Amino acid sequence: MTPKQKQRFILVSLLVVGLGTGIGLVLMALNENINLFFTPSQVVAGEVPPDQRFRIGGMVTQGSVEKLDGELTVLFKLNDSVKEVQLKYTGILPDLFREEQGIVAEGKLNKEGVFIADQVLAKHDENYMPPEVEHALKVSGGDYYDDEVKE
Amino acid sequence: MPQPAENQSPEQKPKRWVYLLPLGLFAVLMVFFFFGLGLNPRLLPSPLIGQPAPEFSLPKLSNANELFQHTDLKGEISLLNIWATWCTSCRQEHPVLMKIAKSKQVPIYGLYYKDVPDQGVVWLQNYGNPYRENAVDEDGKVGIEWGAYGTPETFLIDQDGIIRYKHVGPISWNDWETKLLPMINSLRNNNDV
Amino acid sequence: MIPELGHFALILALAIAIVQAIIPGMGLLCRRADWMAVAKPAALLQFALVLIAYGALTYSFIVHDFSVLYVANTSNSELPLIYRISGVWGAHEGSLLLWVFILSTWTAILAIYSKRYPVDMGAGVISVLGFISIGFILFTIFTSNPFLRHFPAPIDGADLNPLLQDPVMAIHPPMLYMGYVGFAVPFAFAIVALVQGRLDTAWARWVRPWALTAWVCLTGGITLGSWWAYYELGWGGWWFWDPVENASFMPWLTGTALIHSLAVTEKRHALRNWTILLAIISFSLSLLGTFLVRSGVLTSVHAFASDPTRGVFVLAFLGLVVGISLSLFAYRAWQLRTLTPFSLVSREMALLSNSVLLLVTMLTVLLGTHYPLILDALGGGKISVGPPYFNSVFIPLMIPVVFLVAIGSLIRWREDSVSTLIKQLRTPAVLAIVFASVLSLLLPGKASFTAWFALLLAFWVINSCYVQLLQRLRHSHSLMQGLRKTPRGWYGMILAHIGLGFTVVGIALSSVYSQEQDVHMVKGDDRTLGEYRFELVDVERITGPNYQADMGTIRIYKNEKELMTLHPEKRIYNVRKNVMTEAAIHSNLLRDLYVSLGEQRNIDTGAWSVRLYYKPFILWIWLGGLFMVLGGLLAVTDKRYRLEVKQEKIKLDANHAPAS
Repeated sequence: MTPKQKQRFILVSLLVVGLGTGIGLVLMALNENINLFFTPSQVVAGEVPPDQRFRIGGMVTQGSVEKLDGELTVLFKLNDSVKEVQLKYTGILPDLFREEQGIVAEGKLNKEGVFIADQVLAKHDENYMPPEVEHALKVSGGDYYDDEVKE
Repeated sequence: MPQPAENQSPEQKPKRWVYLLPLGLFAVLMVFFFFGLGLNPRLLPSPLIGQPAPEFSLPKLSNANELFQHTDLKGEISLLNIWATWCTSCRQEHPVLMKIAKSKQVPIYGLYYKDVPDQGVVWLQNYGNPYRENAVDEDGKVGIEWGAYGTPETFLIDQDGIIRYKHVGPISWNDWETKLLPMINSLRNNNDV
Repeated sequence: MIPELGHFALILALAIAIVQAIIPGMGLLCRRADWMAVAKPAALLQFALVLIAYGALTYSFIVHDFSVLYVANTSNSELPLIYRISGVWGAHEGSLLLWVFILSTWTAILAIYSKRYPVDMGAGVISVLGFISIGFILFTIFTSNPFLRHFPAPIDGADLNPLLQDPVMAIHPPMLYMGYVGFAVPFAFAIVALVQGRLDTAWARWVRPWALTAWVCLTGGITLGSWWAYYELGWGGWWFWDPVENASFMPWLTGTALIHSLAVTEKRHALRNWTILLAIISFSLSLLGTFLVRSGVLTSVHAFASDPTRGVFVLAFLGLVVGISLSLFAYRAWQLRTLTPFSLVSREMALLSNSVLLLVTMLTVLLGTHYPLILDALGGGKISVGPPYFNSVFIPLMIPVVFLVAIGSLIRWREDSVSTLIKQLRTPAVLAIVFASVLSLLLPGKASFTAWFALLLAFWVINSCYVQLLQRLRHSHSLMQGLRKTPRGWYGMILAHIGLGFTVVGIALSSVYSQEQDVHMVKGDDRTLGEYRFELVDVERITGPNYQADMGTIRIYKNEKELMTLHPEKRIYNVRKNVMTEAAIHSNLLRDLYVSLGEQRNIDTGAWSVRLYYKPFILWIWLGGLFMVLGGLLAVTDKRYRLEVKQEKIKLDANHAPAS
């Protein structure tokens, strides 16, 4: 029975150690690396804690895109058909970035309430809307009246 | 090697549990997938329900010189379907719309969304035209006012031009029979009373 | 007429698949040789029918039959011939048909060589594959039929997604699918082994070439996909931890564990249930990969794109296949368990540890991929899990894996002593430290611990390879004889492990020493990146076969000497109006220079945003993949998979003859 027990012990402890390390790493990483998602309405309502990195999704407001001359900075607004947030991004925009197109941006709010994006995502599909944008618009629709009351 | 006493029992019960572990994990995963499937939001609250249809005035697809207006939606129960030629789900939905149109229960109007008019004309010639009339919303502004965030979407509008229901995604024949048609019938009955 | 023929052939193939699944399966359970004999002709007939169906769809693409809805949606009259052929798998419906086609091809190959296996094993495997085929053909016909017509036919098609109009992208999906589907064969063998209770070293030897082939295809597919993303997506990334990528990476992780665990089962008759479990998991993940990604459940992308009927079907099929096989595993593997003792310090242990680590890694990827879905299902709101999560979990788990690769291939089976091991590994370890230190000093840029450590790991693996070679040669009379006597499987292993070292080097050095700049440039502007100076000479309008493009001319200087001129493009495809970035890349073993056009910033001044990258050693990532593929291929062709199987067959035929 001893070799049998020994092997089982080895197997079980290996699994436990392996899984334990895995779970530990996962929990640590999940704690640090998850980006919460907010809609422009939520941002305007001040639901986002200061200095927190998050994702924002919505439609690029028509006529709001302003490319600064001589540098790569772009200013534009994102809306969820209820509220609007000003964004600032320095870098190359994705091919599918257009006005009236749903996009997701990642970054932080600055003191003036401008969202400083370090990443702008738009997907390579005409029929595709990032699920989070869809969610943003859905939520803004559903909470429309609540927001009005709060204001 | 020190082992807990129960491991030495002849049935080796704990060991059997180990063999069931993969199945258990998989079952948990399946539960989440199942809910994940259910998550696709198909019934969405729209702030427009119970409200008069947003005002608009757009050129007709059949004739760009004529205007199609929100007032044209009054006086009769109707469906307003937001579509485009670039939208694959619309193509999937199209036969159902054709069937609905053939049933003559309710007129279907189209809001031709963010697309080039010529392509829409060709598309309808190719696949058939279920619409009584189409409004061309080339820049998508009117669609946004209607709260559209994708295509296809379909609104049910009553005799007074009030939006009663919004369907997101392609309508299946089942959706028509179990949701839209009963609602249309009850709207009709209420009006008769 | 042709599409109807294809549709009809597919329906017939379904009927044959049912025969192929049920009759030999019953034969296996009732021990009837005449029923088992149905397996081979059924498999071949099914293959012929699926071939007709597949050929019919390809034909519709080639002749531009836009009355077929699928062709109209994914092709166009301007599309070049090669992309019309690859367009067959350019969208959901056709790629499912490709799946069925590859499955029936593997089954037919297995049927042709079925004499290498005992009659009942061969029949059982073909039967299990038949069941899988039934599921897939049903799915194709009822939810994703590519042969549907629509009247009247449109004048022209909607075109193939320009992203897929690329030679690499044309072969990437079939490669990946060959891998996915390839794991169906070890899976089928595992199921039959569980049912029959036959789980011996011969069994492992039959399964190994199949598992290796699947692994080779998957490795190749992933490598190609990553390379494609690098040069085609236009921003120099090569791995994004995107759900679609993860879906192919998860079966690769468990598949890697499987081929190693199979080695233990073949050589030592140990870890048998573990092998079976890995075979089941690898195929389950392949199913998850093709199905859930395609149907959009996993990514829950656009709510309209994912058809709920497809989702329900997928879920039911997945639940059925995986549920039944894991239940069978829980019930039978427990009964079949045996013990082959081995010490803590042994090759079995090293390989087992690595396969556990790979499995755990797979689980963390699985969790990260599904966490948004899980949280959403629990009402936890919308979140995203990005690359930082995957990197911070994946890298620490991979370090011990790479470390153990060297030990696992040197250590003795069954039992070894720590002191001999240390003696063997001392030289490679010291050399690895020396090489890594020297090389990281030679590299331009700041010294980095990460780079040094990665080089150390890579050299540790590579050095251990030639220590093994020396060990082998020491025991033989002459050099040539020693080299010749060494089996191909062993060379394959060495090659693949060296490939792993290369990939580690590529990943670490390119991520540590890359220099990237997104800049605003007008004609005549220049920017310096490390030793290189990039000058924007011109941007002009050009016309391609089915697109218009702005083509930039960028001249690169090193030490004020002109080095080369690169031409990145920004294309707009005529039909779909998609904008595509075509990067211009100059590669060699030491570095890549990567230039792509962003967007026109100002029409009057002709200003553009431009990406300039200098990426050292990035080619080694894919070079490593290539080595792994070559190593795997070499191992598949090892003589022993053919020779010994034949002997086995004679012996077993004698055993089974009276039964029939």
